[in-house]
Amino acid sequence: MDNNTFHHALKIREDLCIGCSHCMNVCPTEAIRVKNGKSVLIAEKCIDCGECFRVCPVSAIIIDHDDFNRIFDYKYRVALIPSVFTGQFPDEISEKQIHSVMMELGFTHIYEVENGVEILVDAINKYAEQNPVQRPLISSFCPAVIRLIQVKFPSLVDNIIRVKPPLDISAGFIIREFAGSGIPAEEVGIFYVTPCAAKIAAIKDPVGESSSSISGVINMDFLFSKVLRQVKQKKSDTCAIPTSGELTARATCWSLTNGEASQLSGRCLAIDEIHNVIEFLEKIENEELNDIDYLELRACDESCAGGVLTTSNRFLTADRLRNRATNRDKAPVQKHPEGFRDISSEKQFLEDNISIDPIKPRSILMLDENMAEAMKKMDRVNRIMMLLPMVDCGICGAPSCQALAQDIVQNNAKIHQCIFIQKILEQKGEMSLEEGVSVMQDIWGFSKTNKYRDLKGI
Amino acid sequence: MMHFEFPIEGGNFLKAGSASSQLKKILKQLNVDPRIIKRVVVAAYEAEVNVVAHAYRGIIMIDIDTSRICIQLVDEGPGIPDIGRAMQMGFSTASPEVREMGFGAGMGLPNIKSNSDELSITSEVGKGTTVKITNYLEQ
Repeated sequence: MDNNTFHHALKIREDLCIGCSHCMNVCPTEAIRVKNGKSVLIAEKCIDCGECFRVCPVSAIIIDHDDFNRIFDYKYRVALIPSVFTGQFPDEISEKQIHSVMMELGFTHIYEVENGVEILVDAINKYAEQNPVQRPLISSFCPAVIRLIQVKFPSLVDNIIRVKPPLDISAGFIIREFAGSGIPAEEVGIFYVTPCAAKIAAIKDPVGESSSSISGVINMDFLFSKVLRQVKQKKSDTCAIPTSGELTARATCWSLTNGEASQLSGRCLAIDEIHNVIEFLEKIENEELNDIDYLELRACDESCAGGVLTTSNRFLTADRLRNRATNRDKAPVQKHPEGFRDISSEKQFLEDNISIDPIKPRSILMLDENMAEAMKKMDRVNRIMMLLPMVDCGICGAPSCQALAQDIVQNNAKIHQCIFIQKILEQKGEMSLEEGVSVMQDIWGFSKTNKYRDLKGI
Repeated sequence: MMHFEFPIEGGNFLKAGSASSQLKKILKQLNVDPRIIKRVVVAAYEAEVNVVAHAYRGIIMIDIDTSRICIQLVDEGPGIPDIGRAMQMGFSTASPEVREMGFGAGMGLPNIKSNSDELSITSEVGKGTTVKITNYLEQ
């Protein structure tokens, strides 16, 4: 993978974007600008957290997934589903029904991602033992958090545990299972049903792994509505017992907030929601907190139950999964005879292949690679900042005065984009009203200045 | 060569660490090696907290060039009567109130020392303390 390009699942559809700047204002890494009336994504700054997707009023931000029919490219079609997927459905719809419909849609196997947790818990504890100095350890679970650390907290990349998340462990197990029955990997298509954009980016452009064993990704909201429609239309019950292995209580709740922190040894903290995570990482970076062993950090509020591609209310999803976990222990469900073996039967193999490569920092904060240059640029940024009003109004097409000042220094913007500066230039006779309107058009698009032309009678 | 100054308010723990956070932001923008940033910021943070915990007011002055980062904290405060003792791990004169807020464990000065390449402390009892921390960039 070319180091200069980053795969993003998030795409802005120019034909739909109305240039309202809502997305620009919520982006935690200031990765969006408005130009010519459209939002533009700065690829190296985006961490695929999906905050922009949540606020877009016209659904112009889309999450690029694979065509569903791609599953039929494979003889064996495995749906790898996270537990929050079943948590999407109302209580009266059983797991059995959901799985049955999915088999009717064309999948030959269904496997729950969190099966991998059984291998992972021991691996994390072992990792903590083998790396006694590095603290706090940071979970490798949430790909948006990993990208956030790479771009904004480069000094903390070594704190991220170099252990695969449950998704990759389970995918590795599935391939191993098929291989064990003499089925070659190219006949097996593993399709992950994702609750968020970050997981897609992690699969298409993995960090710490050379390639992913996942064949494709299907958005959870898409599959949810497809399955729900079929369930409503007819009561199908063809698959009496799910082919997936039974999840234990801890595995069922792993992707919820506190799912990891509650299961590991030492002082473990769970932080969810991207701004909370940023606030906490600032503290860790200053070494203000010295006695924390493990940090579970998740970009979404209520973790994966609040993923941007979920449909159900996040609190209800979390509640359903907790209920499921409690009831599971009371009445264990029978296993499908043709289903996969228990994942623990491949424990040794999976543990031997659980490591990921060191995660590389790629700071978006530096003004220049060369420190002397960076100092010059910082000096210029500071001088420009003194001219700017510091109200972060966003009219210049950048999310803050600071962002505009940096864009100017990096030759990506002009100072007269600032409406306050324009007024000063007009006052000094250095800019005409027409020129000011033309600058605004370049930022917000031609149609946004229609009123001006109406008044002028042009 | 760049120069920055931030005032530090004595006794106001709500703002303790804000100068160090500013410093961290600056060093990140200058593309300083993350490992050096960590050392510099930890030392600056401890020193800043010391001013907040013990002095009436102070100022942090930061000088950066391509070879080194120099931080000078000058405060008006009670001063340190025995610097040698203050450098010992676990020695603390912090009040119970300060300790309750999670500060004053007697790790401050030793921690500054281990995170700086050069450290000099001068103090006059009843007047104040000056702490000078230097970290070099090319190692």
